[in-house]
Amino acid sequence: MAVPNNPRKTLGESLRQHGVSRRGFLKFCAATASMMALPPSMAPAIAAALEKARRPSVIWLSFQECTGCTESLTRSFSPTVENLIFDVISLDYHHTLQAAAGDAAELAREQAMHDNDGEYLVVVDGSLPGPDANPGYSTIAGISNLQMLQETVAGAAAVVAVGTCAAFGGLPKADPNPSGAVAVTDIVKDKPVINVSGCPPVPMVITGVLAQYLTFGTLPELDEYNRPLAFFGQSIHDRCYRRPFYDKGLFAETFDDEGARKGWCLYRLGCKGPMAYNACATMKWNGGVSWPIESGHPCLGCSEPDFWDAGGFYKALSVPIGDSGDVLVGAGAAGVAVGAAAGVLGRRKSAAAKAAHQPVTADELEQKL
Amino acid sequence: MITSMDFLLWAKGPMFQIAIAVFAVGILIRLVEIFALGRRHNYAEARGSELLPGMQTVVRRFQADPGTLKHAPFDVVVGTIWHIGFIVALLLFIPHVELIKSTFGIGWPALPNPVVDGITAITLLGLLAALVHRLTHPVKKFLSTTEDYLIWGVTFLVVLTGYLAYHRLINPYPLALGIHILTAEVFLIVLPFTKLTHIFTAFVARWYNGANFGRKGVQS
Repeated sequence: MAVPNNPRKTLGESLRQHGVSRRGFLKFCAATASMMALPPSMAPAIAAALEKARRPSVIWLSFQECTGCTESLTRSFSPTVENLIFDVISLDYHHTLQAAAGDAAELAREQAMHDNDGEYLVVVDGSLPGPDANPGYSTIAGISNLQMLQETVAGAAAVVAVGTCAAFGGLPKADPNPSGAVAVTDIVKDKPVINVSGCPPVPMVITGVLAQYLTFGTLPELDEYNRPLAFFGQSIHDRCYRRPFYDKGLFAETFDDEGARKGWCLYRLGCKGPMAYNACATMKWNGGVSWPIESGHPCLGCSEPDFWDAGGFYKALSVPIGDSGDVLVGAGAAGVAVGAAAGVLGRRKSAAAKAAHQPVTADELEQKL
Repeated sequence: MITSMDFLLWAKGPMFQIAIAVFAVGILIRLVEIFALGRRHNYAEARGSELLPGMQTVVRRFQADPGTLKHAPFDVVVGTIWHIGFIVALLLFIPHVELIKSTFGIGWPALPNPVVDGITAITLLGLLAALVHRLTHPVKKFLSTTEDYLIWGVTFLVVLTGYLAYHRLINPYPLALGIHILTAEVFLIVLPFTKLTHIFTAFVARWYNGANFGRKGVQS
């Protein structure tokens, strides 16, 4: 990623150098304001703040991850204002993207931490083996992920956990979690952590979070999972363009039936949209081209914790997790056995009572009274 | 910290397995015991078959006899409405059909969501009316036990939480769905040990009655 020569240049200067027009820049500011549910009057304030913002130092730590998040954020068909925002942050350490290797790379991280102490942002993608796990499952330059995170976060202003692995543990943490993976929030307790979940997250969400930080110097309002409410405040289901079909009761039942071809609701094919909170339905992917449900595939709920263990991807949301059939057969057999035993005991009791029955005449009873 | 997703996954996972195990064990103990006990041997010569009259009575008793309808029209009408509503919501709502298909391996066509939604609303009103009637009618109030109120509550909560979850009136949704699933599990666990067993035993009793009539050669 190209880093401008002068690290103290303002964002406005950088953008003009990259050929972004004033109009294009203001358009981005207005879009950002509406995206973050701010009144339109805030757009000039965003523009003014971004213009003057100094490039913040960003240290990007990649732990147990697949690089999908980095791919998502950096890949674009044409340079956009969002990309340039990325170009003008001072990405001082990102071992997938940086040119330096080995000691020089680690030196860059230490230098950035030293020069921007208390001000830099740490972006993490990927989970990391927890304090009780074998640190050898994931190391960088011989340093365990846990140690590197703790060291780097110590002088950070805030931490952004990008992707479901960093935010919630993701795939590495999926049952049986062989590497003892934990999320960033399990380790970092004394710094603000923003979770930008998704597998991968929507690119605009991370640029939006960074823009807010640059504009207001504050972190966005967060939900119960530390996710920015502006992007994770509504469920996929509530914003899905196929929602009318759900409400009408029109469902695709296989991937090639009439319903699938007509674009009906994918609930029965396992769509987790009702429980997934993300911005896909409104912001879409690949520059607004499409998104999973629009392409005919049910939502996997990838922005939610434990989504790998939340039942089959192609099983409806209402279907229980685990094999209920075995439990039913076992419990049913036990029930039949106990019931039969109770019946037999009852019969025996009845037979014994019958055998022990001694007839009494009215005279005998009268004598007793 | 337990999040709403943790709660949903627990309700959909281990808790569901526990609930369905308790339900299966409980209801089978009750039913198998009834069948194993059997009835006293009847030495009289049979005047007709038991099977068909038994079946007929199972069906015919869905219709309240004229006397009951005349003396307790509220109970017959409202009771019928919410019972049908409950069964429709339980068996013909698409997410429930998917659940049944995955658990028992059999599925059937379902009703469109708006139809089930309307029926559920009627069911809720019916259940509320039944409670008000129970509390205001002196005889019914006198006869009602704690168990009666308990099973009313268990039944009402399942329908109410389902309605709230469908309309997404509790946020976040995993919490809404988790609460609904949990109330359904409470219903399943309570069922075999309370009057809710009538869901199954009503048919056993009707069949025994009808079979008895058939054997005696009287109209069932």
